[in-house]
Amino acid sequence: MDKALERILPRVQKPARYTGGEYNQIIKDKSQVDLRLAFCFPDTYEIGMSNLGMSILYDTMNSLPFVWCERVFAPWGDMYEEMKKANIPLYALESGDPVGDFDSLAFSIGYEMAYTTVLDMLDMAGIPLRTADRPNLLPLIWAGGTAAVNAEPMAPFLDLFVVGEGEEVDNELLTLLREAKLSGWSKQEFLVKAAQIQGVYVPSLYDVRYNADGTVAAVTPKDGAPARVTKRIISDLDKVPFPTKPIVPSTEVVHDRVSLELFRGCPRGCRFCQAGHVYRPLRAKKPETLIRQGIESLENTGHEDVTLLSLSTSDYRPLPTLCDGLLEYCEPRSIGLSLPSLRADNFSMEIMERLQKVRKSGLTFAVEGGSQRLRDAVNKNVTDEDVLHTCSIAFAGGWNTVKLYYMLGLPTETDEDILGIAEMANQILHCWRVNAKNKNRGVKITISTSCFIPKPQSPFQWEAQISLEEYLRRVNLLRSAITARNVTYNWHDAETSLIEAVLSKGDRRVADAIEEVWRQGGRLDAWTDYFSFQRWMDAFKTCGVDVDFYAHRVAGKDEILPWDHIDVGVRKAHLWHEREMCYKSQLSPDCRHQCAACGAAKLLTGGIKCDER
Amino acid sequence: MSDKLRLRFEKTGRAVYISHLDLMHTMQRAFNRASLPLKYSEGFNPHPQIAIALPLSVGTGSLCEIMDFKLKEETDLAALPEKLTAVMPEGIRVLEAYEPQRKVAELKWLHVEGFFEYDKRDPGEMEEALRRFFEQESIVITKKTKRGMGETDIRPGIRALGFEARKEDGQDGVWVEAVVSAQEPTINPELLAEALRQRKPEIAPDFAKFTRIETYDAGMQVYR
Repeated sequence: MDKALERILPRVQKPARYTGGEYNQIIKDKSQVDLRLAFCFPDTYEIGMSNLGMSILYDTMNSLPFVWCERVFAPWGDMYEEMKKANIPLYALESGDPVGDFDSLAFSIGYEMAYTTVLDMLDMAGIPLRTADRPNLLPLIWAGGTAAVNAEPMAPFLDLFVVGEGEEVDNELLTLLREAKLSGWSKQEFLVKAAQIQGVYVPSLYDVRYNADGTVAAVTPKDGAPARVTKRIISDLDKVPFPTKPIVPSTEVVHDRVSLELFRGCPRGCRFCQAGHVYRPLRAKKPETLIRQGIESLENTGHEDVTLLSLSTSDYRPLPTLCDGLLEYCEPRSIGLSLPSLRADNFSMEIMERLQKVRKSGLTFAVEGGSQRLRDAVNKNVTDEDVLHTCSIAFAGGWNTVKLYYMLGLPTETDEDILGIAEMANQILHCWRVNAKNKNRGVKITISTSCFIPKPQSPFQWEAQISLEEYLRRVNLLRSAITARNVTYNWHDAETSLIEAVLSKGDRRVADAIEEVWRQGGRLDAWTDYFSFQRWMDAFKTCGVDVDFYAHRVAGKDEILPWDHIDVGVRKAHLWHEREMCYKSQLSPDCRHQCAACGAAKLLTGGIKCDER
Repeated sequence: MSDKLRLRFEKTGRAVYISHLDLMHTMQRAFNRASLPLKYSEGFNPHPQIAIALPLSVGTGSLCEIMDFKLKEETDLAALPEKLTAVMPEGIRVLEAYEPQRKVAELKWLHVEGFFEYDKRDPGEMEEALRRFFEQESIVITKKTKRGMGETDIRPGIRALGFEARKEDGQDGVWVEAVVSAQEPTINPELLAEALRQRKPEIAPDFAKFTRIETYDAGMQVYR
């Protein structure tokens, strides 16, 4: 262990997150590999080690014998200070070697508030922030993750982005990078060739021109780069490698368990939801595959919990078969099985009771909108009856905590819709009085609201966010309407949501402000401990970024959106149609009842169909 | 016959930063991985029956950790160390597994080794000064106790002490060897450096690290 590091570790909180050495980490002989890759997660170890995507890609990239892929996370504030004081550069966990000496850094960027941390990690590694200031091929700095669906705000910093699922394209890219390194290509030569790989977006190969009103006039590709970069997907999830020997952290992380991914994509099409659109088409794994991978993972990790991940778990058709198969293994071993993201509408008593046998948690519903009209408008196909019916079963079964999540500021929302949230809470309370077996234990109903953020590549990508003042007015309206003692109301502050809106809908001109925030000390902005609203607003002002233009302006139908040249499969015309349906307060059917021809199915290869059974 | 079993293991290298609580989880998972299911306590909130005898401070290594546990099923104890070591994180090595004959309360002394690092001072002079300082009959320091800050004399809890100036991996320092009280009172070897910081800062090391070497009973016989 590095001597300087050895001196500071005893002084920082939870030092085990900075040492590596965990069970199942991958160690290779560095003299035997051609590429040293630092897989960077721009957040803490506890968050990054809970990320399934990170775990999958660590495994697939290390499956290349010529690559050693190691993990790098952002240090918490105390460690950050100590590293700066002791002049310790950012290092990779497996080898402890400085990241600045690696051939490449790959960032997994899942959310906008991680942008400043990406810059900070580059700086801690001693690497210039901007691609223009890095003339050499190595180190190649690239990124993937949900942020790639609008890569523009980070475009000046990254050499390239991978759009979509990384299992295949990452390895194609690394194979090309190895050839480039061994043959001594220039950075430009490599980037031009890389842009020919489907799913690779090289921002520097696209010129962006703007209109006088600030909107995008044109995005022009150069050097043979495609006019639109098409997302990559894995057509057959049963055949793609899944890590059944994931790293077992030696210290507590957020999700300390085995995670199984049931399917990618979502049949629901909630209009505010980016994930529901950008992860299409719908592809499910077979229950046999999942049971086998689940058991192998549990045996290889010794975890005591397994969880089923997807955007809408109760839409997984063979859910009972899967639960049976897993419980058969889990129950005799006291292993817990949990199912987040169940829906209120088809919540089954049977599944609930089975899970209760092992462990019991509260009920959580993402209702999103306060009235049936608003829920129809955003295509959130949940009815009051669904929620109440599920609650009555749950209360009769002994549950006594219910959490309801809503968004304020959804397009077409009225005060009447907001008051509907309070009314729903009262109805649930009544439902508890009627159904609860044992009323002595009381009931706890929690309402949470957050501020709607319009997201690129969703039907609401043209929408404006409501102002901070308007959000607070709506919060206060709801607060005054909630009177029952057993109902708690939590509202998320909208300041972060405003910054997120600017970054989500931002173009390349927002990049200067991101860098300015970092220069003023911004990092780990997803944490309230470190987020400073003022620092962001000051930076926007300094860099001439008009917050209203990005967050509070409705874009026109024919406007070129900054991310239009990224093709996630779903057609823009489909998104626009969905938006129009919103203003008619009309539902669109679940994909499984009627295919809306959204366009994502074109990504499938090998004769596989969307949602094939 | 009691079904209690005892494990002796090493915790060195990167594993020294695993905290006591995290080590319990790590052990639990390692037993699962080795298909050696631990016995759980009865009651409302069942937990695996494992107890680590003397919690180690984060940063301190050990060649002689002791953990008591119970298994659901009988197993070949001779094969257990190899089986468990194969599924441990880097730095944890299981030495032996056996049916304990003695209570943990009989563990009285710990032999520890350490290195006091001095960046800008002469190790030879420091060795002399350290020896003189620890020859005192009483060394009272202020330390956190259950009732806030309190005064404690650590000297009676130190049975033997030796110093030797050395250079290790290019670092100047003084090698420290000590036998300290393991429990009642617990003398954390880190207190040796703390005593210097409080009572004689001019010879306090720039950095100190320790490793537990062996466990002894009250009569200085090796404890197992």
